[in-house]
Amino acid sequence: MSAIARLDDVAMDVVHLTAPVSDADIAQLKLGDVVYLDGLLYTAREGVYRKVVDEGRGLPAGLAAMTNVNFHCSPAAAVRADGSYAMEAVTATASFRFGKSMSRWFAASGARVIVGKAGLTELAYREWFVPHGAIYLTTVGYGLGATYGRAIKRVVDVHWLAELGIAQALWVLEVERLGPFLVEGDREGRSLFALANREINLRLGEIYAGLPRYAQSRIGETTPEDEIV
Amino acid sequence: MIRPIPVKLIEDVARELTARAAIDIPPDYREGVRRARDAEQNRLARFVLDQMLENWEIASADRRPMCADTGLPRYYARVGNEAVIEGGFVALERALRRATAEATAAIPLRPNRVHPLTRADHDNNVGAHAPEVTYAFEPGRDFIDLTTVHKGGLFGSDYRMLFPADGVGGLKRFFVDTLVQFGKRGLACQPAVMGVGIGGAKDTCVRLGKEAACLRAVGSRNPDPAIARLEEELTALGNYVGIGAMGFAGTSLVVATHVEVAFTHTGGMPVGIHSFCLSSRRATARLHPDGRVEFRTDPEWFTDYYRRETIE
Ligand code: SF4
Repeated sequence: MSAIARLDDVAMDVVHLTAPVSDADIAQLKLGDVVYLDGLLYTAREGVYRKVVDEGRGLPAGLAAMTNVNFHCSPAAAVRADGSYAMEAVTATASFRFGKSMSRWFAASGARVIVGKAGLTELAYREWFVPHGAIYLTTVGYGLGATYGRAIKRVVDVHWLAELGIAQALWVLEVERLGPFLVEGDREGRSLFALANREINLRLGEIYAGLPRYAQSRIGETTPEDEIV
Repeated sequence: MIRPIPVKLIEDVARELTARAAIDIPPDYREGVRRARDAEQNRLARFVLDQMLENWEIASADRRPMCADTGLPRYYARVGNEAVIEGGFVALERALRRATAEATAAIPLRPNRVHPLTRADHDNNVGAHAPEVTYAFEPGRDFIDLTTVHKGGLFGSDYRMLFPADGVGGLKRFFVDTLVQFGKRGLACQPAVMGVGIGGAKDTCVRLGKEAACLRAVGSRNPDPAIARLEEELTALGNYVGIGAMGFAGTSLVVATHVEVAFTHTGGMPVGIHSFCLSSRRATARLHPDGRVEFRTDPEWFTDYYRRETIE
């Protein structure tokens, strides 16, 4: 596993997981593996994190036993006139925004697999994910809303809909072959994007060498190598 | 006797445009991504683009939104100088708000629009200044071109006051800064259509950059040959940076660059940069007074009249 030192080493092996995902399955995953998921998962973003982490409300009863997969997502959904739910597309939201809550989130929710957009830093994985045995899968594109939407078999339940609205509510979804996702943060806390950024940064010096400095720079101007996330 | 364009027709067309924009990727952008895919050597970046091309087929086949971030629905109306709207522009604006709310539930779209401080959500994409309606006029026409744009994403746009001393070199630096900042980890959901608005006042260049990204078809060129050359140079530079789809190393960062200019303050060169993401959603319809409607995907927003430079 430690053989992955550059993007070219990534095997992109296809892996099928079933939720709740076992520790053994989590430990097998290599950076850049292409993952498809079966079973139950739930959406949770800022509104749900506020309730569970900041207000200490815990997940809805029974949910933690059903699945350990949290999708950083708000769906394109609607409540139909008969009270049923229409959900046609799902895509992830950028996960860096949850950074400082992640450790308490894992403790409170029992989640072990985060599915999101663009990942977190290796530092975040080491500090907050690794101690809880958690890994990070990134969605692809981004914007595979229709592809992912097709894999939703059923809206099992929705929590906090009235309080949080459609976009922020906690949706419990039954999915079949939901994917592809890429393994972005592995069990040891390594990041696929960090690999990519190291290769990109090698080139940036040359690009910037050919560009003039600004006549007037801005306060807090970043250097091209800075990690923004 | 001038026949007014029925307001019911405007509402029906706006609903249909909203669905088309959310579901069907414009072919000019799709073909641009296909070319980027064919040129891409990085396996991971190519995998991403293959998945996107398939995603758009699924969206159209299933009639489901291509992306669940269905963006911020808004409208651009290019109104013929001789066009008359039944009930006037207030009726048009009310029709667009109704259509947005109804389409949000019917398609469904994600109710993205919230109050910026309280985060209150009407669950229908309607609220204060939402949806925005932008108007422009055109001589010698009795019809309206109505376009909806659903720009998603929070990343890939920036504004900067540059100065004459910065010149084209400084502009290129700002362009690369923006691409690198938002291209890492694929935050801008690239490859994107880059819109660059140069000049005017701060709001002018930001507006022009956005319109250049969202309202010009891939393959179009600015009619000024020097600006058209700059568009090509910026696209080539962007794809030389070394960032591909999702921020993997590669060459698929920019599908096209569109530059628009406005006369500006003699001491400054303000620049607004926008990127239109992998869900480059737009749809246009021409509404005639006799009730005929023609749908298309190219907004044809930048007319010669719109770019005029002199007193007529
Ligand atoms: S930036 Fe575009 S493609 Fe990416 S998630 Fe948002 S709408 Fe979808």
